[in-house]
Amino acid sequence: MQIETLSIRLIASAGAVVVVLLPYWRQVLLLSALAVALVLAFALKNFVLFQLTLALIYAIAILGLNLLTGYNGQFSLGHSAFFAIGAYTAAVLMEQLGVPYYWTLPVAGVVCLVFGFLFGLPALRLEGIYLALATFALAVAMPQILKFSPLEHLTGGVQGIVLLKPDPPFGLPISSDQWLYLFTIGVALVMYVCAYQLIKSRTGRAIIAIRDNHIAAMSMGINISLYKSLTFGVSALYTGVAGALAAIVVAYVAPDSFTLVLAIGLFVGMVVGGAASIVGTLIGGLFLLFVPNIAESFSKGLSGAVYGIILVLTIYVMPSGAAGLVRLVLIRLMSRLGSR
Amino acid sequence: MELFLHQVLAGLATGGIYAGMALAVVMIYQAIDSLNFSQGEMAMFSTFIAWQLLQWGLPYWGAFFLTIGISFVAGVLIERVVFKPVQNANILSHIVIFIALFAIINSSAGFIWDFTIKPFPSPFGTRELFGQRLVSAHDAGMVAVTLLMLVLLYLFFRFTRVGLAMRAAAANPESARLAGIRVGWMLALGWGMAAAVGAVAGMLIAPVVFLEPNMMLSILLYGFAGAVVGGLTSPLGAVIGGFSVGVIENVAGTFIPVVGSELKLTIALALIVAVLVVKPSGLFGRTVVERV
Repeated sequence: MQIETLSIRLIASAGAVVVVLLPYWRQVLLLSALAVALVLAFALKNFVLFQLTLALIYAIAILGLNLLTGYNGQFSLGHSAFFAIGAYTAAVLMEQLGVPYYWTLPVAGVVCLVFGFLFGLPALRLEGIYLALATFALAVAMPQILKFSPLEHLTGGVQGIVLLKPDPPFGLPISSDQWLYLFTIGVALVMYVCAYQLIKSRTGRAIIAIRDNHIAAMSMGINISLYKSLTFGVSALYTGVAGALAAIVVAYVAPDSFTLVLAIGLFVGMVVGGAASIVGTLIGGLFLLFVPNIAESFSKGLSGAVYGIILVLTIYVMPSGAAGLVRLVLIRLMSRLGSR
Repeated sequence: MELFLHQVLAGLATGGIYAGMALAVVMIYQAIDSLNFSQGEMAMFSTFIAWQLLQWGLPYWGAFFLTIGISFVAGVLIERVVFKPVQNANILSHIVIFIALFAIINSSAGFIWDFTIKPFPSPFGTRELFGQRLVSAHDAGMVAVTLLMLVLLYLFFRFTRVGLAMRAAAANPESARLAGIRVGWMLALGWGMAAAVGAVAGMLIAPVVFLEPNMMLSILLYGFAGAVVGGLTSPLGAVIGGFSVGVIENVAGTFIPVVGSELKLTIALALIVAVLVVKPSGLFGRTVVERV
């Protein structure tokens, strides 16, 4: 009897906590995810941490692409170009001018913002498949431009630039992989909160309205050209910061790291995570980093085929990405509960 | 001047390759209203099938037409098996499926026939025409076949009931269904035809670039470019676009000193973007007017 009442009390008080925290579930979820991420920094091996750091960096880049494609409805198969510009900005600043690594991030962001905005201007004339091709062209051209001989003294040509991995600051007793992991989490946190606030704001609603019906948006007084090219710029900024982070973490940049394969990988990651989803981009980053490795472990010769089959099955199961699946399950649950 | 003429001729010869590919791209665009990124790989796989048939001792034209038949059936099967389950998903998911198909076909071809470069015979021989080293009999034959395909496709889409039904199914699926057209099968038919056209293009390209799993990568890119410059709604535009991309690439590579061969592709693509900015639906494409 006593045990029964005790357990009822326990369940009741746990329930009360849940009810109190329910309106703040986003914050609770975010804090617990952060706590887990911090614990992982000390529980995992350096190489695994390095991989997680890369996945998180890809996630930031995918977030940039998602702002453009998922929320604003503009295609891009060329975001590897902005990733490359970010990475090279960071590398050249660190190597040629001796700028500390943390200052390269804002510079890379601003440089990419400008490039993205400028590319967004002609892109205004193009829609759908035509825009996809134009950005695709950008992705193809970027490695060739980086190898271009007159720029070789800056970019290091085909060889690329080798950097030094930064040490943890203040003499912290952690390895540099651990430090870069924590550093990346910090940067990612800022970027994600900003993206979330942007989408929730008046500007964000304008961006989404353009995607849903640009004629209606125009008649409501939204300046379509300005918003579209600004979104292109902000999207490039996100991807550029991710590129700069990648240059710092990998400590090496070369033209052939930023080919079409990366552009397509970012696109696939965005769709798998879910278009127009901020949290989904994390899943996209993990997918982009780990699934090719998993495919390779199945079969060396057929790794491409295994990757393709995994991709097809993923789309069959989640036609609108991981975020879409979660949304669908939640809606089903809600309607189940509501009908009772 | 002579150098310029030579470069234009050489450009037309490579342009024939791009035109064939662009034609296949436009075909599938008319049937499914979207660009197929795995098109080049499908053509490459067909060419490998033809090579295998030749190895087994079939005569060239036997293998040629058998390959077209096999490719047609395979194209229909891909639509039925891979695309039918996701036909209601959005365009982003479709593009990812194209990318997946690309990876699957490329990797399987490498697995079955390995990555060594294989020569592929030409039905027209490799004699040089006009006593010049620039245009061979094969180049001329390739251009002729491309133009022949263009005429046949034009007649098919313009004058047959099935052609009309396919155009209707792509342009407005709902109305087409109400008019009694089986839209799903029209899509499958479109895939089959695109695979067949791709197979022809692949078999004609292979003698020039040699046969290997990655042979189509850059060709598909130029093919896309040609199709988009010409206008995705116009087969004639696609062919003209393909030829002009070939010429532009060659002439720019020779005459603009900084470009050289390093930035050839970049210049070609930049020109295409420039064309698109001035004329967003391509040189010969219809401007799609949206109903509000």
